[in-house]
Amino acid sequence: MPSWKDHIPSIGTLGPFLALLLACGFFSFQSEQFLTGANFSLILQQIMVVGLIAIGQTLIILTAGIDLSCGMVMALGGVVMTKVANDYGLHPIVAISIGLAVTAGFGLLNGLLVTRIKLPPFIVTLGTMNIAFAITQLYSGSQTITDLPAAMTFFGNTFGIGQTQVAYGTVLMLACYALSWIWLRETAQGRHIYAVGNNPEATRLTGIATHRVILMVYVLAGLCYGVASLLSVARTGVGDPNAGQTENLDAITAVVLGGTSLFGGRGVIIGSLIGAMIVGVFRNGLTLMGVSSVYQILITGILVILAVATDQLSRKGGR
Amino acid sequence: MLQTRICIALAFIAAPVFASEPVIGLITKTETNPFFVKMKEGATAEAKAKGAKLLSASGKADGDNAGQVTAIENMIAAGAKTILIAPSDSKAIVPTIKKAREKGVLIIALDSPTDPANATDALFATDNFKAGVLIGEYAKATFAGKPAKIATLDLLPGHPVGAQRHNGFLQGFGLQSFDAKNNELAKPAAVVCMADSFGDQAKGQTAMENCLQKNPDINLVYTINEPAAAGAFNALKKAGKEKGVLIVSVDGGCQGIKDLKNGKIAATSQQYPLKMAAMGVAAGVEYAKTGKKPSGYTDTGVTLIANKAIAGVDSKDSKTGMDMCWGNK
Repeated sequence: MPSWKDHIPSIGTLGPFLALLLACGFFSFQSEQFLTGANFSLILQQIMVVGLIAIGQTLIILTAGIDLSCGMVMALGGVVMTKVANDYGLHPIVAISIGLAVTAGFGLLNGLLVTRIKLPPFIVTLGTMNIAFAITQLYSGSQTITDLPAAMTFFGNTFGIGQTQVAYGTVLMLACYALSWIWLRETAQGRHIYAVGNNPEATRLTGIATHRVILMVYVLAGLCYGVASLLSVARTGVGDPNAGQTENLDAITAVVLGGTSLFGGRGVIIGSLIGAMIVGVFRNGLTLMGVSSVYQILITGILVILAVATDQLSRKGGR
Repeated sequence: MLQTRICIALAFIAAPVFASEPVIGLITKTETNPFFVKMKEGATAEAKAKGAKLLSASGKADGDNAGQVTAIENMIAAGAKTILIAPSDSKAIVPTIKKAREKGVLIIALDSPTDPANATDALFATDNFKAGVLIGEYAKATFAGKPAKIATLDLLPGHPVGAQRHNGFLQGFGLQSFDAKNNELAKPAAVVCMADSFGDQAKGQTAMENCLQKNPDINLVYTINEPAAAGAFNALKKAGKEKGVLIVSVDGGCQGIKDLKNGKIAATSQQYPLKMAAMGVAAGVEYAKTGKKPSGYTDTGVTLIANKAIAGVDSKDSKTGMDMCWGNK
């Protein structure tokens, strides 16, 4: 159960939020189009895929693991759900479910290799990243899948709140964050994830089945990537076998910028959303200013180092 | 919050100053490929000359469709009425382009067409098939009837530009080939090895090494671009075979022309990214002023550059190639 300490925001949780505010403040001075509802809605749409991948990635990093396969698994899910829908004329909901099952299956595979054969997550997911990429290319014949049923791209549609058009996908992403936040904070299962990341041996000795917790985390992460596939398909309107190439590092960047410790056991899931937003805000803001996106890469690099340094220093300071 | 409000107010005061300046977006495949760096230079210079504001963005890597989707959205948000795009994925970008055009944005494809090609308002690009034909004809004249054992270092599977250059080259050499609309790679008997180089020097070198393993007697190498050609040359040199093998390529980049001058590459078909971009910006400014939209395909030209001129083939020398590398002048 959460203790009173959890209610005091630490530098790890406030830092990312301050960085986001500063970035927003800077860009609103630079471009008159920046500080509008429509633009913020747009940024949220642009980060929804990485945002959802980052939920799964956060869970895994909380257990002191890492998942390099996330982007490729996401691309595979997108290709599977669009191709089975087009080739067999399946109902979109059935096709999407098959896609989710495939990504969750990859999560299961990752989890089994990590818990049963005790391979390091970095190596396991480096392998499955390539496997997922190859299967995606083979299954799609490296061809983009077009002419999708309208229901498959539903989450790319928008509805109006006042003057602002908001995508259904944004709502789905925010709902997933809210759900996982409550789950991590308020349930025993959620607290076990933190415990496993902090000290697996001590956790095991208290009678918690640590392997089962880790396996569950990988499967859940796989499911998150499946939902991300759906959002990616909805956003671009196609099943793209070349999607996901940069999303693994983007998601890890979002998690790290959001203050989750790469050493496991510490972090707040909402931080990952803020981390993804920081990257999205820079990309959007610099484009509005007409500045090369190389600066976005530069700034992101600096922020990642700062975030990890903050984590490390606060650990040394004792807690 | 107060500060942001002040700045919004300031922005509104400042806004009218820029109101008459048409905003034009340029989206390339990557930020770092010299071809697209040149393209951006051309667009920047033309925008400056015509009094337009240029926004530029790109995907993170070749094939990064989502990055280009994001860039289109951001540019529309920034008020761009014309967007020039070199599509990373000819099919995957189509739904997003459709949405943008529905909002009244003029979309011009640069360098590569979309699939279908009429998804954009217009296309300014090299005739890649012709580029292939030119180096094929040059190789044919050089070989003068001597039997050829050909290696082709292609782009990547299913890419129309790669197929057009490859098939054009074979046609120019007088071999059985496919036409410009076919995305399949022809493979007549004289082609003893086909490999994908991804247009990359390291991968081109690996591909050539493997081809030499397969057939050590290769005497003619077609490459999709000059980085792949440089890779092929390295592989041949390591095998001690650089003397007897003719390498032809497409692109005409400044580094490529240097390699041509050094004798690594025999001939290359030069294309003009700077011109593509400048024409795109000019069309965008025209659209902002008069509402007139360009349409269809505009050939931005291609020139055969050869180290040694050969009788019966019209070519320019490396000096001309250097002066015009990717449309310098």
